[in-house]
Amino acid sequence: MRARYLKDFLASRSMRAAAIGANSIAFLMILGLYWKSRPLLALKSLRHLLTSEVWQPLSGKFGFYPFIVGTVEVTLIAMVFAVPTCLLAAIYLSEYAPRRLREGLRLVIDLMAGIPSVIYGLFGVIVVVPAVRDIGRALGRSTTGYSLLAGGVILAAMVAPIIVSVTLEVLRAVPAEARETSLALGSTRWETVKHVLLRHSLHGVVSAVVLGFARAFGETIAVLMVMGNVAKVPHSVFDAAYSLPALIANNYGEVMSVPLYDSALMLAALILLVVVGGFHLAAHLTLYRIEKRA
Amino acid sequence: MQRRKLEETVVKGLMIASLGLIVLFLAGIIFVIVLRGARALTWQMIFQTPHGGYYLGQGGGVANAIVGSLYLTGGASVVSLLLALPIAFALQREYASRSFARFTRLALDVLWGMPSIVYGAFGFVIMVWLGLRASLLGGIIALSLLMLPIMTRAMEEIIDMIPRELKEISYSLGATRLETTLAVVLRQALPGVVTAAMLAFGRGIGDAASILFTAGYTDYVPRSLFDPAASLPLAVFFQIGTPIPEVQERAYASALILLLIVLAVNLLSRLLSLRFSRNTIR
Repeated sequence: MRARYLKDFLASRSMRAAAIGANSIAFLMILGLYWKSRPLLALKSLRHLLTSEVWQPLSGKFGFYPFIVGTVEVTLIAMVFAVPTCLLAAIYLSEYAPRRLREGLRLVIDLMAGIPSVIYGLFGVIVVVPAVRDIGRALGRSTTGYSLLAGGVILAAMVAPIIVSVTLEVLRAVPAEARETSLALGSTRWETVKHVLLRHSLHGVVSAVVLGFARAFGETIAVLMVMGNVAKVPHSVFDAAYSLPALIANNYGEVMSVPLYDSALMLAALILLVVVGGFHLAAHLTLYRIEKRA
Repeated sequence: MQRRKLEETVVKGLMIASLGLIVLFLAGIIFVIVLRGARALTWQMIFQTPHGGYYLGQGGGVANAIVGSLYLTGGASVVSLLLALPIAFALQREYASRSFARFTRLALDVLWGMPSIVYGAFGFVIMVWLGLRASLLGGIIALSLLMLPIMTRAMEEIIDMIPRELKEISYSLGATRLETTLAVVLRQALPGVVTAAMLAFGRGIGDAASILFTAGYTDYVPRSLFDPAASLPLAVFFQIGTPIPEVQERAYASALILLLIVLAVNLLSRLLSLRFSRNTIR
């Protein structure tokens, strides 16, 4: 008899410990990365590092500005392509499509979310980069095709499943009565979407977009493969650019031979963690609130 | 009146076009990878490790990467499963307060969205701390960190949906929480546990950024946890980066192998979950 209770007690304690461990992973990651990036932060102020344009690790100059601009710009381009397309698609799936089509396409979108990023990158190299090069040449720009624009297109495809599925979920959570009331008053379906659904689920839709933004911001391999990786602030969408995650991935090999280089890369990882984690925190808190209301 | 109808038609057309664009993009990716990959795929690619001069176009295959990927992701799946199950159990109402469960869910959701390169960097910090070099073990550590939140969150959601009454029957018969968890909850959640594990496996096997500095790359099949391990995503990445056309062809073939594995895992998890869920009580 005693043994059963003892087992129950021990199991509950160890399960609790595992859960507390899971909760502390994020904090451990922040601590670990901060610990490794301290040597650099001790020499230069964070503000200087973030706003300096010169990236010359061999002479100890670590300016993150070009990488930050590259990351933000490629993410914004991706969002310009992805947001309208994904929102329209999600509205169609939620409000117009018959049930079977909705379920079928949900499967397709899940499938799309599961494709490894290196395959998106390879598709980018085979199809998108040459297309961008041809468009650029037709417009009279000299470009290799490895550019912000190519990165933006690939990222748009990669974040589409997230934005569509979260938006779809949010729209499905709107009570049927809200739709029916509006339709009964004689509005068309689109008017119902515009005036009732989008107003009702604005926070949720914004969260979906934020989750997509965060995903694009931290994407590494696909961006690394199609953006050209030149550490300069890009001036047009046909210019090559370099993103923060690509910077980390591309330089791990030389880290050990150059002083402070590993510190700089770990600082880049810390910046990514804080930015992406912050966006996720805000989006999920909003989505929980919607879930509770529904 | 006419204007409203027109707006409806135009917007509906735009919606269908948007949806079509997304589906077309997916179809395009699969079509291009299958077409280019199938042309370069040979039995040699699958069953042989690289011979001398492989990266200059000589013979051999990517067996090292296929086996390496299976070792890495298999190992990480076992580690994450052993951790994810207790964590998911610990979030049940019998064990955790509402606020603790909610906080943990939020933490896991945030971790799920963390870029994999951050796990790679953190894995690297752990390896430096432990004095490890790029190895199978290092890769397993980083991949486990990446897969743990996915697995746990998916399992926990399934466990949360088990009807309360089922557990109460078990308690009314005098079972302890542990006995109820193992005999009722685990049995009921089994299809979900399998799906969650396979979902995480599919995510893990395709990830390149987390194992880039932690697992390294090698032309040999790893013989111990401390040997470096090759992987399929990195095989694609490195081979497309070379200027030699024959080697680039092999990147397409490697990508096709990876794509087939990922799609197979995805479909299999769906089938298995359908099959298992016949035996659960709702």
